[in-house]
Amino acid sequence: MSDFFDIFLLKTILRMAAPLIFAAMGGLLSERSGVMNIALEGMMLIGAFFGVVGTYYMHNVWLGVLVGVTGAAVAGLIHAFWCITLRADQIVAGTAINLLGSGATVFLLSRIWNQSGQSPKVDRLPMFWGTVSILTPVAFVIVPIVWWFLNRTKEGLHVQAAGEHPQAAESVGINVNLYRYACVVMSGVLAGMGGIYLSLGELSGFSREMTQGKGFIALAAVIFGNWNPVGALGACLLFAAAQALPIQAQAKQVDINTDLLLALPYLLTLVAIAGFVRKSRPPEGLGKHATNR
Amino acid sequence: MLLRKHFAGVGKLASTVITSFLAVLIALAVGAILIAISNQNPVDAYRALIDGAFGGRRAIAETLVATTPMILGGLAFAVAARASMFNIGIEGQLVIGSLCGALVGAADLGLSKWLYVPLAMLVGGVAGGIWGAIPGVMKAKSGASEVISTIMLNYLAFRISIYMVTSAGAWLSWVDPQLQATKKIAPNARLPIILDRTRLHAGFLVAIAAALILWYVLFRTTFGYKIRTVGLSRGAAEYAGIAWGSTITKAMFLSGLLAGLMGASESLGLLGRHYDNRSGYGFTAIAVGLVGRNHPIGVIFAGLLFGVLRSGSNAMQAQAGTSKELVLILQALVILSVSALASLEYLRERRARTAAATPTAAAQPATGVTA
Repeated sequence: MSDFFDIFLLKTILRMAAPLIFAAMGGLLSERSGVMNIALEGMMLIGAFFGVVGTYYMHNVWLGVLVGVTGAAVAGLIHAFWCITLRADQIVAGTAINLLGSGATVFLLSRIWNQSGQSPKVDRLPMFWGTVSILTPVAFVIVPIVWWFLNRTKEGLHVQAAGEHPQAAESVGINVNLYRYACVVMSGVLAGMGGIYLSLGELSGFSREMTQGKGFIALAAVIFGNWNPVGALGACLLFAAAQALPIQAQAKQVDINTDLLLALPYLLTLVAIAGFVRKSRPPEGLGKHATNR
Repeated sequence: MLLRKHFAGVGKLASTVITSFLAVLIALAVGAILIAISNQNPVDAYRALIDGAFGGRRAIAETLVATTPMILGGLAFAVAARASMFNIGIEGQLVIGSLCGALVGAADLGLSKWLYVPLAMLVGGVAGGIWGAIPGVMKAKSGASEVISTIMLNYLAFRISIYMVTSAGAWLSWVDPQLQATKKIAPNARLPIILDRTRLHAGFLVAIAAALILWYVLFRTTFGYKIRTVGLSRGAAEYAGIAWGSTITKAMFLSGLLAGLMGASESLGLLGRHYDNRSGYGFTAIAVGLVGRNHPIGVIFAGLLFGVLRSGSNAMQAQAGTSKELVLILQALVILSVSALASLEYLRERRARTAAATPTAAAQPATGVTA
């Protein structure tokens, strides 16, 4: 059993954690600014898809990343417009973005390539250490950056003020809506990176619904990590470990039913939010608006 | 005074109906633009869609077949939303309902039709109800957001479904691992066909009956009153002595029950087995509930609308060449426009109110759901 835990398992965990970390950092920024974001899943799908589209047409995977990020940022902008300007229900708007993500990608898949399940293969981002994508370390670097931004910069403190007490923040001259727009669009960018990690980092193409709930798991990690970048990172690693176990079990030919083992991350998330949510405290102003009008 | 109150009610109903209509029109208009951008004729596409949905007895029957799960799912969303619970877990609840109902049917218990059909439906419904009640209990006990818990329960339900129709074949003779489905449901457990030489099954009647019963429960019983009060304000409900935790749990059970019936009616009525593939109907249900403004009668009409979109989309793809996935985009557009219009309507109302009276403490936009 001791050879079950080896360097391969560690690599698998890092690979599984990276897309979760990207999306979780995006979700964290949005929620810390006061906008609920259950749209991470849809933003990831849109990023993953347009990353492939960009790479396909421009024959350059880095330009593809740019296109993918732009697509996801637009999804973020739509979410922001609905939640902030139109003041629509933030969960309803998020659900719509998720449906738009799965609908639009499948629709365009059939329009562009006449395929219903998968895009053609495109170039993949470079890898190192065998099978670890170049984007993996990027994900881990983003965590301290987000922490530093939120806690050590003036803008970051303004974001927190917008998220904790939007009306008070507004009264001292902070443009709450502007900060919220920036954070929600940035959450699209980061979630889009998470999707791109899947389609251009791990694989080399898009397949229908390829995010498989990772956006929601990332959101659970934000809650489990108490809306704190370091805590969210820990939660992402935990969920990634749960996803890595079935893969490791298969590789080591351990005699265990992988169907049920694959349910582990979801079960773990359930237990986590049932048991630990009492201790976690969402931003005070989450879902509240800066002005009453 | 009474008269004015009465007319105010009519005005609200009218504006609600108009909002839903407008939202659908906006979604269809944006959809038309999308069709035009992809170099096709939107008029042809929509004509093919309508033709596919209503062109003849067979087509109409198919539309009602597609409408059945839409109504049940919309009701499932609506009853939870009335208690201010956002049930994104309908997809998982319907999978559990379909699986359990179909397993009972595939077991071939040798019962008479009058006993077997209700039993299988009931098992499916209750199984979905239990699956739906879990997030209710979790929220009541520890405040866990149902948005996350229902989604996780969806993925758990999918894993259970895959396991049951594949690996479980080793010890369970009611499943067919080759097909990734249960064995054929016994003829005596199948919901009967209600229109000759079509696929229209009694699930449609179940859906209509469920809508009428839910209307009665919501608006004519104490339990319904509790659900609606809890949905409007948790604080006010608790002040009035209504137990918040148990009410949201019961509402979620009811929601899961309807979702379970939706799944069971598909497998027992339409498909004849539980297949392990995702219909995505659980997410469409959200759009149905929102367009029906979480009112059981509104949901019947909204369900019909989405049934038309579903059943017409195949004809649209075959005749006009427009990808049937457009319907998925239309769903998202409908949700976006309903939520935007509802919120604008709410803001306009509140502005009128604050202009007329002294400002009162501001509340959240009243789409009927919170986190």
